Amino acid sequence: MADTLRPQAAPPAADLVRRAISGRRVDIGARLFEGILLFSLLIALAILVVLMADVIGRGWVVYAERGTEFLTSGNSRDPAQAGVGQALFGSLALMVIVAIVSFPLGIGAAIYLEEYARDSPLTRFITVNIRNLAGVPAIVYGLLGLAVFVVALGDLTGPNSNGRSIISGGLTLGIVVLPLVIITASEALRAVPDTIREAALGVGATRWETIRSHVLPYAAPGILTGTILSMARAFGEAAPLIMVGGAASFVAAGDANLIDQLFGPYMAMPTLVYNWAGLPNQEFRALTSAGIMALMTTILLVNGIAILLRNRYARRW
Amino acid sequence: MTDQPRLTHEDLRGSSARRRRELMVRSLFLSAAAVSVIISALIIVSLVGEAWNFISQVDPGNLRTDGWFPRRDMFDIGTIVAGTLVVAGVGLIVAIPLGLGAAIYLAEYASPRWRGTLKPILEMLAAVPSVVLGFFALVVISPTIAQPVCDAFTGASPIFSMGAAGLAVGILITPLVASIAEDAMYAVPNSLREAAYGLGARKRATSLRVVIPAAVSGIMAAIIVGASRAIGETMIVAMAAGGTGGSLFQLNPCQPGQTMTAAITALATGSDRVRGADLAYPSLFFVGILLFVFTLVLNMISERFVRRVRLRY
Repeated sequence: MADTLRPQAAPPAADLVRRAISGRRVDIGARLFEGILLFSLLIALAILVVLMADVIGRGWVVYAERGTEFLTSGNSRDPAQAGVGQALFGSLALMVIVAIVSFPLGIGAAIYLEEYARDSPLTRFITVNIRNLAGVPAIVYGLLGLAVFVVALGDLTGPNSNGRSIISGGLTLGIVVLPLVIITASEALRAVPDTIREAALGVGATRWETIRSHVLPYAAPGILTGTILSMARAFGEAAPLIMVGGAASFVAAGDANLIDQLFGPYMAMPTLVYNWAGLPNQEFRALTSAGIMALMTTILLVNGIAILLRNRYARRW
Repeated sequence: MTDQPRLTHEDLRGSSARRRRELMVRSLFLSAAAVSVIISALIIVSLVGEAWNFISQVDPGNLRTDGWFPRRDMFDIGTIVAGTLVVAGVGLIVAIPLGLGAAIYLAEYASPRWRGTLKPILEMLAAVPSVVLGFFALVVISPTIAQPVCDAFTGASPIFSMGAAGLAVGILITPLVASIAEDAMYAVPNSLREAAYGLGARKRATSLRVVIPAAVSGIMAAIIVGASRAIGETMIVAMAAGGTGGSLFQLNPCQPGQTMTAAITALATGSDRVRGADLAYPSLFFVGILLFVFTLVLNMISERFVRRVRLRY
């Protein structure tokens, strides 16, 4: 850095100044640099456009020929009949369990860490631990789910399916997104200024009364955005599901009731896409793309809702 | 003087029901926070238990063979570590220039409005699930980029390759690298920029010689987090790198190979094949531990870099 500041053998200062203010020189190097930077962003955009165009180009024909029938029918070996109905059901059921597992635990942990905990070694340990959990690859959570929910607790989670059930999958995915929920909820709570809390504490409210009546209402939009985004993440996550049995190729549809289905074999949108992509049959390429269209539409829609909520309720203190 | 009621400690404590409820709520939240610690403990216990079964039973000679074929008792750790490094390396070669370029543009050049338009592109790219990118690698990246480039250097090359998977991994981690690096540059106080301008530096010199050196810890953190995510990425590699079933030791990105993550899914794909099969099942957990330690170390290093940024400004 220092050498840039050192004056170089330069023409007389008066000359320099005159030249600097009399003509508008175009700094080609600077323009080029800015162009290269912008280019890297445009590449990202181009990739996104190519990806969408390619997927729609391949998959559109399926919707054109079969319409919503593709969205409701179950999987099949026959590409003309295979659909994403069972996978959609599986994914929605998984999301419900993910919400039940990760929202109360995640928001509760965030409230403890932000509102109650003092700066003690225990608190610091929990915080560091959560940050590390957020960085653990999803596939490792898949191994955890395999060892705990499928093998050790198999009799509870899936008595008739060797533990490979929607319950196992949902619990595993819930653990995958838990750190994300905690971190986003913590950030939302931290954004509420202390004056709001002091106002409630000042009139004699207890901690919990303060949180319930003052902090949570202001933090709710932020918490909601974070939880919705983590649901979108869970919806597209395939790796841990493969470990806990979400990659079953064919699920007997049957007339099983809801409870039996929850404890039985299942498939989910991302794992169905994975299965179809691995099939050599060319006709499944179109089906894979059509499945990706359904998957991406859901995820982008959910993300869009989250971003809208964030912008709508964004508050500056 | 008349008797005045004296305020005692008891009067200020409030009702006991309220205090009891307060304590209950507090312990409820504490136990929610404790769950995260339990999860970490469960990860370690479940991984270590099975991994120990593997280590204690495996013939050490089988750990150094020509490749990774768990069904044939060939557990060459070097193969899957090399595959992981090749894929992550290709990914970083893509993601570092793209991610940092995007970050510098967003933090230093883009006007606030333009920034508001451009940033959602990165956020949308970040929302693309990895199965989708895996399929994209297989049907678009491999035939249009990876194969032609490889063909030019080595003659005919297969559709499944670590290079194709690596390029897709690069796309996956670019938004992550960009967003962490941008945060770091955004955190550089304006006074530093103004000082540079005051000395007559132009925009480019200010960005490259003032802002980037000031944000270097955060930029390092961005790269390390990107590397950690690339090492842990599973679906893209499982779909596009072609290591299904096993792979020989391979460092050439134009050839198929096996990573640690894909080695785990390769065994699990299908239905009940994971269990039984002698040492194949415990070997998953051994690979899992390797992966866990790799990413944990990287994450802790990046955390340290991030903290340095926070301390300074």
